[in-house]
Amino acid sequence: MYIPKDLVAASAAPMVLGLLAEGESYGYAIIKSVREVSGGEIEWTDGLLYPLLHRLEADGQVESAWGVAENGRRRKYYRITPRGRGALDDHREQWRAVAAALGTAWGDARRLTPHLPVVQEGFAT
Amino acid sequence: MTPTSPGKRRATPSAAEPSFEAQVGEWRAFALKRRGVTAADADELEGHLRDQAADLQQSGLSADEAFLVAVKRLGSQDEISREFARAHSSRLWKQLVLAGPPGDSDAPASAPRRREFWAVAIIAVAAALAIKVPALFGQDIARDPHLFYPRNLAAFVAGGVGAYFAWKRQVRARTVLGVSALAAIGIALVNAYPFELRGQTVYLAALHLGVVLWLLAGVLYAAGDWRSHARRMDVIRFTGEWFVYVNLLGLGGGVLIGLTLGAFGLFGVDTSGFVDEWLLPCGLIGASVVAAWLVEAKQGVIEAIVPVLSKVFTPLFALLLLALVVTIPLTWSRGPLDRDALVIVDLLLAVVLGLALYATSARDSADSAGVFDWLQLVLVAAALVVDGLVLANMIGRIADYGFTANRTVAVGENLLLLVNLAWTAWLGWRFVRGKRGVAALERWQTGYVPVYFAWAALVVVALPPLFHFA
Repeated sequence: MYIPKDLVAASAAPMVLGLLAEGESYGYAIIKSVREVSGGEIEWTDGLLYPLLHRLEADGQVESAWGVAENGRRRKYYRITPRGRGALDDHREQWRAVAAALGTAWGDARRLTPHLPVVQEGFAT
Repeated sequence: MTPTSPGKRRATPSAAEPSFEAQVGEWRAFALKRRGVTAADADELEGHLRDQAADLQQSGLSADEAFLVAVKRLGSQDEISREFARAHSSRLWKQLVLAGPPGDSDAPASAPRRREFWAVAIIAVAAALAIKVPALFGQDIARDPHLFYPRNLAAFVAGGVGAYFAWKRQVRARTVLGVSALAAIGIALVNAYPFELRGQTVYLAALHLGVVLWLLAGVLYAAGDWRSHARRMDVIRFTGEWFVYVNLLGLGGGVLIGLTLGAFGLFGVDTSGFVDEWLLPCGLIGASVVAAWLVEAKQGVIEAIVPVLSKVFTPLFALLLLALVVTIPLTWSRGPLDRDALVIVDLLLAVVLGLALYATSARDSADSAGVFDWLQLVLVAAALVVDGLVLANMIGRIADYGFTANRTVAVGENLLLLVNLAWTAWLGWRFVRGKRGVAALERWQTGYVPVYFAWAALVVVALPPLFHFA
């Protein structure tokens, strides 16, 4: 399934914060987790994760520290901050509200607003 | 001999590892050139690239293939660097001033950058102290009856800048020796000639020695490749940017000097001696080296400032010259009598030439002619008319008064600039008519540089004896 760029971009920050809320991680591992949790549906341009992480860091939502990877190379690890958890809660509420609204609009639209089809027929003539 | 080489060649397929390393290194170097990407960002991206490539190799891809796929997944460097720049808009500014100062907490300043910082510091301090060495032998700056400092100021400035580029470009020893030898001849002559100290020739020689030494420093800037037109254009660009930076540093220096005098003055301490003897001369020399480094450091980070200035001032100077073209015939009888007239016109021509030169230097050679090129043509043409009028007005008078050293140099320089501008106007005309590319204009200017050098050298070497050092 193709997911448009705008939708991927809008969900990127909540996704990263959500994954980091599970525990400290680094760029490549985050990308792998995103593939995993989305069942491979969400394809990021890997490189764009880093500017996003830096922006979150500048905003105080995550913090970073250089560590050493198992292969001996330098690696930057990211951790969520209390401020980041607050932001994550906000994101969650917002997405839930959007999802609920969409669910209502698509699933129960006919029952709640019976005049809708009439309007559409009016346009068709 | 021959049997070994096929053996070597056969060994290459197994050397896939180094080729992967080389590819990663190349990718990294390429990323670092982008604005907004620091060494730490590149480390992070490189780590990602390696992790991804390692995973791909485990699932059966060759090193080469793994590298290609990993790079593709990482996305275009253009896009990434743009996002980095947006996330850290302050970085674009920071880079401009501090190309990796020691102790930047975020980016572990890479070794070459730190080395450059210290090299610049050492060269600047050494050059600044060098100007105080003659004082040890009784050459006072305040009391300078033999005009030692006016004669040698250019040597100190060009020496510091030249030393920096000799180090920075790793110029071959032979080139450095050749340039130094030529410089030494000029400096020796200007110091050894028995000038009449109240005369004109001593100042003319010192001034033109400055041009000679600066162009020699330009040879070091070009790493000895002075025949290349592209390198010459770089030297011209560098000169303009350097000039702007020296003036900016000078503004800061002026504030420093003013506050030094004022603050100590509050407590009745007179620091004017310190300012004249140390702060001013050492600051000037140090600033010229630091300015050279700044021009180097910010290359490619922001757009050069000099072409922008020349674009702003081209219309204004075009107006000035058009007004002069109208005014001169009206005031013909009151024409310029004094000897300064030629100097002023020379300066005017030099400014016009500079405007044309720097506007051209930043031009995209693929663009076709636009309004600005017409404006520039008007500027150059008006300058030619003004020059012709002033020369015509003065020729008779010069014949009456005879040739002094000042007048000879002023007329000579006028002719040099006139020839240059006339051909520039012709090429500019061909260009706006779409018959010649802008490259021809650029080549003409870079080709003319040796003429300036020859003229300046002639003034240094031959003019003083011709006018009996008067």
